[in-house]
Order: sequence, then structure tokens, then C-alpha cells
Amino acid sequence: MADREERRFAEVPRESVKLMSESAGVELSDELAALLAEDVCYRLREATQSSSQFMRHAKRRKLTVEDFNRALRWSNVEAIAGYGAQDALPFRPIKEGELFFVEDREINLVELALATNIPKGCAETMVRVNVSYLDGKGNLEPQGTVPSAVQTLSEDLLKYYQQVTRAILGEDPHLMKVALLDLQSNSKMAALLPYFVYVISGVKSVSHDLEQLNRLLHMVKSLVQNPYLYLGSYVRSLVSSVMYCILEPLAASINPLNDHWTLRDYAALLLSHIFWTHGDLVSGLYHQILLSLQKVLSDPVRPLCSHYGAVVGLHALGWKAVERVLYPHLPAYWSNLQAVLDDYSVSNAQVKADGHKVYGAILVAVERLLKMKALSLSLPAERGFGAQPGSGGVAGFRVSSPGLSPPPEPLSEAALGIASHLQGPGGAGTPWEDWTPVPLPAMYCELYSFFGDSLAVRLSTGPSLGGCPPSPPGPAANPDTARKMPQLTANLNVSPRQDGSPRPEPAPPTLARSSSSSSIQRRNSSSRPGQRSVGPSRDVFPKARFPPPQAGPPAFSFLIGGRQTGRRCQGRRFQTSFSPAPPPSSAPPRTYAHKLPVIGRVGKPLRRWTCSHYSLHLPL
Amino acid sequence: AWYILSHINLIEKQRETKGPPNGQVDLEVEKKEIKTETSNDGSGNNNANSSSPGSTSLGATSKSPTGPAEDQQTLLAVLQFLKRNKLNESVDILRREAGLSVEIDDSPGSASGGAGSGGASNSTVDGGDTNSLLSRVSIAIPAAPAVTAAPVPPKVTASGGEDQPDVNVVLSAYSQQGDPDLYPLYYNGLKKFIESVLDCHRAELSQVFYPLFVHMYLELVYNNHEVEAKQFFEKFSGDQECYYAEDLRILSGMTKKEHMKGNETMLDFRTSKFVLRISRDSYQLLKRHLQERQNNQIWNIIQEHLYIDIFDGMPRSKSQIDAMSGSLAGEAKRDANKTKVFYGLLKEPEIEVPLDDEDEEAENEEGKPKKKKPKKDSMGSKSKKQDPNAPQQTRIPLPELKDSDKLDKIMNMKEAAKKIRLGSDNLPSICFYTFLNAYQGLTAVDITDDSSLIAGGFADSTVRVWSVTPKKLRRVKSAADLSNIDKESDDVLERIMDEKTASESKILYGHSGPVYGISFSPDRNYLLSSSEDGTVRLWSLQTFTCLVGYKGHNYPVWDTQFSPYGYYFVSGGHDRVARLWATDHYQPLRMFAGHLADVTCTRFHPNSNYVATGSADRTIRLWDVLNGNCVRILTGHKGPIHSLAFSPNGKFMASGATDGRVLLWDIGHGLMIGELKGHTDTIYALRFSRDGEILASGSMDNTVKLWDTLKAFDDVELDDFTAATGHIHLPENSQELLLGSYTTKSTPVIHLHFTRRNLLLAAGAYNP
Repeated sequence: MADREERRFAEVPRESVKLMSESAGVELSDELAALLAEDVCYRLREATQSSSQFMRHAKRRKLTVEDFNRALRWSNVEAIAGYGAQDALPFRPIKEGELFFVEDREINLVELALATNIPKGCAETMVRVNVSYLDGKGNLEPQGTVPSAVQTLSEDLLKYYQQVTRAILGEDPHLMKVALLDLQSNSKMAALLPYFVYVISGVKSVSHDLEQLNRLLHMVKSLVQNPYLYLGSYVRSLVSSVMYCILEPLAASINPLNDHWTLRDYAALLLSHIFWTHGDLVSGLYHQILLSLQKVLSDPVRPLCSHYGAVVGLHALGWKAVERVLYPHLPAYWSNLQAVLDDYSVSNAQVKADGHKVYGAILVAVERLLKMKALSLSLPAERGFGAQPGSGGVAGFRVSSPGLSPPPEPLSEAALGIASHLQGPGGAGTPWEDWTPVPLPAMYCELYSFFGDSLAVRLSTGPSLGGCPPSPPGPAANPDTARKMPQLTANLNVSPRQDGSPRPEPAPPTLARSSSSSSIQRRNSSSRPGQRSVGPSRDVFPKARFPPPQAGPPAFSFLIGGRQTGRRCQGRRFQTSFSPAPPPSSAPPRTYAHKLPVIGRVGKPLRRWTCSHYSLHLPL
Repeated sequence: AWYILSHINLIEKQRETKGPPNGQVDLEVEKKEIKTETSNDGSGNNNANSSSPGSTSLGATSKSPTGPAEDQQTLLAVLQFLKRNKLNESVDILRREAGLSVEIDDSPGSASGGAGSGGASNSTVDGGDTNSLLSRVSIAIPAAPAVTAAPVPPKVTASGGEDQPDVNVVLSAYSQQGDPDLYPLYYNGLKKFIESVLDCHRAELSQVFYPLFVHMYLELVYNNHEVEAKQFFEKFSGDQECYYAEDLRILSGMTKKEHMKGNETMLDFRTSKFVLRISRDSYQLLKRHLQERQNNQIWNIIQEHLYIDIFDGMPRSKSQIDAMSGSLAGEAKRDANKTKVFYGLLKEPEIEVPLDDEDEEAENEEGKPKKKKPKKDSMGSKSKKQDPNAPQQTRIPLPELKDSDKLDKIMNMKEAAKKIRLGSDNLPSICFYTFLNAYQGLTAVDITDDSSLIAGGFADSTVRVWSVTPKKLRRVKSAADLSNIDKESDDVLERIMDEKTASESKILYGHSGPVYGISFSPDRNYLLSSSEDGTVRLWSLQTFTCLVGYKGHNYPVWDTQFSPYGYYFVSGGHDRVARLWATDHYQPLRMFAGHLADVTCTRFHPNSNYVATGSADRTIRLWDVLNGNCVRILTGHKGPIHSLAFSPNGKFMASGATDGRVLLWDIGHGLMIGELKGHTDTIYALRFSRDGEILASGSMDNTVKLWDTLKAFDDVELDDFTAATGHIHLPENSQELLLGSYTTKSTPVIHLHFTRRNLLLAAGAYNP
């Protein structure tokens, strides 16, 4: 049986037969089980074939359980009870092991029976006539407009629909609140769902009006939260409306005074909410969302607000989405962003501000990614990882907020095995097949190369950071800054970069802020002994925990800039340094940098390394 | 192979135990056999009878003197069989025993006994558990006697055939077998030959492939060559015409002999000879080839399972063949369609159409010219002419017209006078009746001829009737109330109705399964419904109660329809039989048997003398109501037929199937005269306009299409030759004939109806 090549039909393996017989208390020999299995397959096929005629005569396209049961009954086989639902039953895998089962939620009959909100039941079957075609020409009613079937709704529902939409889109905020609340809890408006969804799909026509967009999003939220609604395939439509708010360069965003950022944040939150609560209704939804976010992100023509939307959207979908889409895309995106942030022209001011928004969003997303990833790694890998020197930093993550509680992953060098969970339903065939998770240290290094200390600081503020010996002087020396930006505390030495190149830099720029950039550039090139190779070796991370003691005096300038390393696109570092007392000379760090072993830095393209002073008002 | 082995083993054991001819063992055998038989749903062996224990071996011994030669033959067959299966040891044993005495040798009966006793003797050895299992496994074996029984002349099969007529006899025809390894060779040889013949013959001879393939495959399966059968199937199933895919799928699932039992498709194949039409030249060619090659295997199949209808003249072209083939059992034999069919219409009774003054006046008020008179005359003259093709007026006894019928006829004529003349440049308006909230599943729709009522049959076993006019549906008053009515009053018909019950719709409860077919009586007093529960019910539309439940089909009844003159109705269902009923008889008047699969739709000819049935065997049959004969077999559809419609003049018929094609037929000649391609899904509704100029087809693909039938019928050139041979060149003009395609709003069209004024009504359930 096993060596059967053609798999024309679904087959019942003999193991199943044996299992069944065992559960009935009969021991079957392999041979017998195989024979039985074959016969079972045949009988199943036979029943399926004869069930199809019931479907045909019922003038349906969908074969139902009832059809199958009829076929069974007519061939004198007991029908199968308990699968009479009209809708398809979701078939779920269990994460551990290859177990699949039909979801069968338990229903509390008492609750159902005593419920006061008894569903109204089916509307009366009725016949309606309309003249579809006059003289064989033309359609009297344009197709695809507001569903004409509204008239088939009961008067009450119709009135409700009108009132609610009027209230939500109207002027009175109190009325709106009431309407939204009702929408959230009304159990009898299922029939209206398509109409509300239709109304919501009107986001495209009010993209100039933030207020209206907001109200529509609230409507989405209410619908999504309504426990009596089965959204079904309308989820798709809702998601597309929400995505519109997240991603599109709304007409409202032309005016910088409009706070479309909040709208996008809210929409992204909503998206994640829809996804986590209703994502299972539409297969492949996750991937579709990811794809469209990715598309926006990789489209340089799109305005920054769209990019912002994509980033917050990814962030809202969870750290895995960030890891999957944003992280690999970051290097390519970085150059564009930097170009924007570098432009000091007055005309660019607005765009630059937008750029900061995006930057901040990316930073937030990436930081959570690191945290969650570290957390996911550290939880199961106590023994192995804890022994390593890097454990101090990692252990810190454990304390951080659990967030979306990523499943525990066995730590393995080869593959961190997160990809499998990212494979949403219907994930096959997506362009991520070749995607492999990047190990945390490598990721951290890479991210650090972009964000510099602004990133590191945040990560290593965990309580166990104290375990890192060489860092004490920082906060003490400069309590002011520490208080302002508590994260920015003396993390110089914890930098994973062995070459330490970013660290020494900040000092001069503050001094030579007005000085020519060429000198900085020179210094820059010198401070980087080589270009990092594409894949940083794994031991970078642990070693970085032990910066040589001669690391020099702590520099109280911080680099929040990033730098393009090892990428083809023209990298540029932008950095923000703020230093109350710059170290007297930049020499010690530089020597330190020279002393350190060179980790894969190959100076292929010539890089500019201009330093610039940025205000700290980054939207972190 | 496992089965064979076990079988052989059993035979062997039987032989060992069977020193004395009769005795204890045999009794056991008998018991065992009876057991297996009962558990086997009656497919058991031929001569086991509980009344005569030991009859198996008795039969065997009694037969063996009469036919020693046959026994010899059987023995040889068994030897051959054993050898082929490399059971040399058994061969030796058998040889030795046969050499000792031919008498004790297997005859069919003893072989079957062997099967049972094998189980029995095993049981003594093994535990009880395995015994029961084994006996279950060996269920297959009672059919096995047929293997050995086959060479024995009909006497044996006849004796067995009495109580077990069908399956075994049918299956036994497959017992002849050659070397399974040679099957592909044979088939390939023939394939090579046919590919090498002249083009004109190739198309014709290629027809042989499919039936041959199927029968060879079945033979392999029957003789337990599972592996070979699979290989054979894989190798050659790809060569078959695509329209056989459905059957091939069923076949491919069937890889064991016991699967063949009870498999309808298989039985269809066996019970009917596959009919091929081949020109004499091509046939000679084939015959010569097979005889030269001594290819008996194939020749036997052709002889036994195929019916080759040889005709003189030009071989047909590939397209001609393809147009006609596709049915389960090949084409129709030519002489099947030779009977004369009286397709003309009956003479309408002469009714004095009173000049309705009120109506006239109303017309005048509206400022319309008085055009009525000439039209009425033309109508009258038309009905006076006797159609030469019409059956005799009294060929089928028809109910007398009641006054109300006459009134209705008058109404009909009046309406008809206002009828729009349709044509390719004047298309009908379409009204769509949408069934909303039909969660329970709309399965059938009918609309009365005067378009005043619409009824739906639902999967939840209900029938619902709606009034589509402002006139509400009312029930007749109860008997007590009725007695109080003044029967002499003029408006007594009004008075008997119970105003309190007036409503727009009524629900009829009674069926216990989905209602697959409904039909209004022409006088709108009755409604018929047919259901999965195996009954046809007659409902009164006066009291909205069930009057009769007609039981006869014991299986789902797929369709039913009233005769255009009322009184009679026809039904057809899963039992493959169409039945003609009269409303006042609880038993059918005629049974139309002949279809090889479910009768899926039934329609009355407009003159009520004929009934057309469409079937899942992909043929349409026309039956004579008078004598129950099948007068036309129409092949050409490639899928189950789900809709039929007669043209109003009774001359033509249209049929629609799951293959999405509409075929047009000339009933008089029994010929396909048109093929309308365009739909992409099953066609569930067909209807000719009132004058027959336009055919409307409604499908699962959510469209209504209109076809120019006038042109379709005109384009056909029917000379004597084509009429005689039935070989017609179908014009490829679907696109020219398509007058319009109208999409619905995601509503499959399951019923179509032309009002008396030629407004097209369509109906279906909204299916979001």
C-alpha cells in the first residue's frame, strides 16, 4: 500500500484502520488492515460519487454533508451525524506534532437557551420580481451599486441602519458614541453587515476628511468587536479598508497640520486586532497583508507617510512580521530614508519631519523585534545560553514585557525555527520560501549598524545589565542626560561592534559641528579599518560584552545614527550626538578601534560619513 | 493477489478434506455458505439453498457424469490458473488427484463449496476471531464459482440464474480470460493498427477504443489481476475521449472484483452492449485485422460486449462521430429511431370565442384599433387544419374539457392575440423571480401557464406556492361552512373561498425529503411534487392539502410533469424508470424502462402522446404513451441531461446537460440538428417562446441565453441521405445563433417560462 505511486484519490492509510479497530478493541493484522483500508477507500469514493447526484439535483455547486449522508442512507449505511452545519468547518493543525482536527467548539447550551438575545432566525422565504432586461436590452438597474436587496430587509433593520450610519458619520460625538456602542453589542443586525461593510469601504471617498476616516475606523472596530457577528469573508473587505487608512497617502495628509499619523497608528492597531481575532476566517490573510505592506515599503515612489503606515502595520502585526518583512528590507530602505534626513534644505523640512516619523517607527518596531526575539530564545534555552557571557544582556530581556508571547523555540545554531510559525494559512507559494531566520546576534549587529546606540541603549537597560563591568562611569558622570534619556546610559562598552567605530565618532562632531564635513569623512574612513562582510560571525556578540578595559573614557555623546555597512547602496551615517563634555581627544577610541580585531570590514564602496547634529526630538 | 492466494489455498484444503464425497464437512460447508450469503447481500452463489443441505456437492456429483468433458475443461483451466500463479505444488497435487480420479475433481459446485469449507477448516485450526474475519474476507469467494462455471454451458448459469439473476450472470461473462500480461499488447496492437489505417477509417475505428478499453479493464479486474489492471488503466486511459472522463474516474476507483458487484456503472456496461456505428468498409478492415492476428481476446470482446451497427456508405468524419457519441452505452442503434412518431399537434377543440364586449370597449378606450377579429380568425383556421403528422385525436384518451378549461382557453387566445412576435431583432423582456432567504435550498420551480402562480420545491421538504398576481391564495371553506352557502348564487365560486385564509403564499408540508420536481396542472387546480422520499404527491390548490401520494419509485424521484392536457403525469427517478400515471390511479399506467442510469428529467410532448426522458446515462429517450415503447434514443450529450423542452409545434426538442451544451433535435427523424455552445455550467432550464422562434436557456452559470431557433432549424439541410443514415453535418454556428446572454445577480437560473404574451420569466434562488 505504501508503495502506491498514484494518488488519484484520498486514501485511508492502514494505520488509521488499525487505530480504529484498536479503539474498537479488535486487533488487526497488517494485511487485513491494508485490505480493509483499500475497501474503505473504495466505499468512500462510491458514496462520494453517488452523493454528487444529490447535489446536482438540488441545483447546487457545493456538495454538502447532507448530500453525502443521503448517499449513505440510500446505500443502507448509517449516516454521519453532527456535521450538518451549512458553513465549512475549520480544519486546524495542532502546532505540536502532525495532528489535524476539525474545530468543534463547545457550546454552552444553558447559556444559549437562556440567552435573551435570541437570534431572530431566518427571514421569511419570499419571491421578488424585477424586470431585469427590457426587450432583451440593457440592464435597468446598474450592477454593483448599493445592493438593491436593501428593500428586502425588514423596516426595522432599515431604520436601524439609517440611524446608525447617520449617527456615526454625523456631527454629534455623543450620538456617535452611543451608536458605536450599540453596533458593538447588537445581536440582531447580522443582516446589515454587508451594508455596513459597504459603508466602510467608502473610506476611499473621504480620504480628505480625517474625522470621517476616524469614524469609519471606529465603525470597523465596533463591528469587529461585536460578538454576535460572523464576519466571514467580509473580513477581507474590512481589512482592505483599514489597510487603505494605514497605507494610502491620504488627501488629508497634505496638510501637515492634520494628524494623520494617529489615524495610521489607530488603523494599524485595528488591523492587528482584526487579524488576531478574525484572521482565521480568511485563509492567507496574513500573507496578503504582509505582501501588501512589503510592497508599499519597497516602493520608493510612495510618500513617507505610506512607509510609516507600512512600518506601524508590521509592528502591529507582531515582531515576527517585522522580522520577516521589515528587517530584511531595512538595508535597502535605509539609504532612501537617510537621503531624506540628510537634506537640510528648507523645502525639505516637512519631508524630513516625516522621515523622522518613519525612523522612529522603524526603531520602535525593530526594538521590539529584538526584545521579543531574545525573549523567545532565552526562555527555553536557559542552560545553554545562560552559561555564555552574553547571557547578561539576554537575560535582561526576559524581564521585559512578554508582548505577544512568542512560542518557545529551541535554540539551535542552524535554524531558529521561527519561520514555521510565520507560515500563515495558505502560506505556501509566497515569495518568502527562501527566507531563513537570522540569528539574534547577527540581527542585533546589523540593526546596531543602522541605529547605533539609540538601539543598543534601549536593549541593554535591563536590570541584569549591571553584570557588565566596564560601564559604570557613564550615568554617574552625566546624570542629567541620564535622566532625560534614561536609556542612554553608558552603553558604550556594551556595543556589540568590536571595532567600536561608532563610538568614538560622536565626540568630534559635536566639537566640529561646524567644521567641514570632509575632515569628518576622513576620520570616518580611518576609523573603519575595514568593511564588515555581509554575514557577521556569530561570536561577535559575546565578545562584545567584554570590551577591552582600555576602552578609554566614556564618551557622553551618543550616536543615534545608523550607518550603511556592507551594502551596495550608498550608505550614509546620520547621527545625533549630544554631549555635555566631549572627551578631550578622539584618539583613544580610535586606537581602541584599531586594536580590536577586524571583523569582516571590507572597504568596498567609499562611504561618506558625515556627522550631523540632530535634535533629540526624535519620535521615539 | 492476496485474494487469489487465499482462494487457491482454500481450494487446496478443500480438496484435501474432500476424500469422501459427502459428509460432515459438507454440512459445515453449507452452513458457512449460507452465512456468507446472507452477509453478502444476496450476491451469493447460484445453487445454495437452505432447504437442501449439501446441494452443492450433490449438484456437482450429479452434473459430473453428464459432462465429463466439461470437467476436463475446467480442470485444465484450473491447472492453467495455478501454473500462472506459480503454485507448482498445488499443480502437482491437483495433477496427482486428477490422475487418480477425475470424478472427484472440481466442478463449479465443489469449487464454491471449497470456498466455504476453506473458511470452515481454517476455523477449526485458528481461533474463533480469525475465523470470523476470514469468513468475512472470503465473502468474495461465493462469486468465484462463476470463474470456473463459465466454461460450463448455460445450463448451470441458468439454474443459478433463477434466484440470482443479475450480478453473477452478468459478471460471469468476464470469466474468459487470457494472459493478463498480454492485454496491453493486444490493445496496443489494435491501437497501432488503427493508427495506421486510412484517415477515413481511423475515426470510425477509433470508436472501438473506449468500450474495448473498459471491457478489458473490467476483465482484468474481474479476474483479480489488480496490478495489471492498474497498469493497463494507467497506460491507456489517457487515450480515451475526454468526455468519458467521468466514467473513467469511476472505473479507476474499481480495482477489486468485489467492487464490481453493486457498482452501477459497471453493471450498465455489462447489461447493455455498447453500440457503435461503423461503415461496412471500416468494419471489414477491423475484422480482417483481428482475424489475421488471431487476436481472439479482442475479437471475443467485440463479439460479446459490443454491438456494431454496420451501415453502407461513406465512413463518418471525426466530428460527426463526436457529435453523436458520449453516452454510457454508445450510440443508438439506427433501427431504434425508425418508428414513426406523430409529432404533430392535436386539433384544438373548436371553441366559440365570444366577442368580449367589455374587453373590446376597454381596448377602444385605450385608443387601440380593433385588430382583434382577423387575428382570431387566423387562430381558428390554424386549429382547424389537421396536421398530417399529428396522432389521431383519440389515440390517447384525454379528459373532456370542462367549462373552466374552455374559459381558460379563451383567455389564452385573448392573451395570445396580444402576444409579441419575437425574433432575432425583437428580443423578449426578462423578468426575474428571485427567491430570497431560501436558506433551505431551492430545488425546483414551476410557474403556471397563465403565469399567475409560482411554486418552489425546497430541500427542507416543503413546497411553497406564491401568487404573483394581487389575487391572494385562499383556501376553500370547511365542509361545515360550505353547507351554509347558497349554492344557487351566481358568485358561488367566490363564496366557497375562505377569505380569512387569504395570503400571498402557502406552504405545503408532507414530503420527507428534498422536493426535486414540481409541476402545476394546466387547470391550476393541482400541483405535483416529487421528492427524494420516493413519492410523488398531488396537492390541491383549492384546499392546499395533499390529495394523493403516489408510491412506486422506491428511490428518489428526480422529476415529474403534468401532461399538457392534465390528468396524466410522468415521473422519473433514481430507479432508472419513468412512470406514467393518471391522477386517479394510485399505480402507474406505464413504466418506461430502458435507461441505464437515473432518469433525471421528464417532459410531455405537446400532444400528450409521447414522453421524453433525459437521463444520467447521457441519452434522451422518447416513449410512446400508448404502448410504452421507446421510439427514440438520442445520443450526443456528454453529461447527465437536466433539462428538456419541446418546441410548441411539437416538431423539435431541445435538451441541456451538465456539459453546458444545448442540443436541438428533430423528433420526426430522430436526428440531432444543432448544438448550442455557450453556457459554462449545467443547464437547468430550457423553454421555447410561445411561437417557437426563440429558445431560452438558463444555467447554473448565472446566465440566461437566448438562441435563434428559427435560424437553427432553417439552417439544417435534411436531404434524404442524411435522414436515412442519420449522419448529419452540424453547422458550427452557435455564436450566430446566440441572440443574447443575460447575467443574473449571482442567482442560478433554474426555471424559465414564457408568458402568454411572450414575456420571459426566469426564476432562481439568490445565492450570495
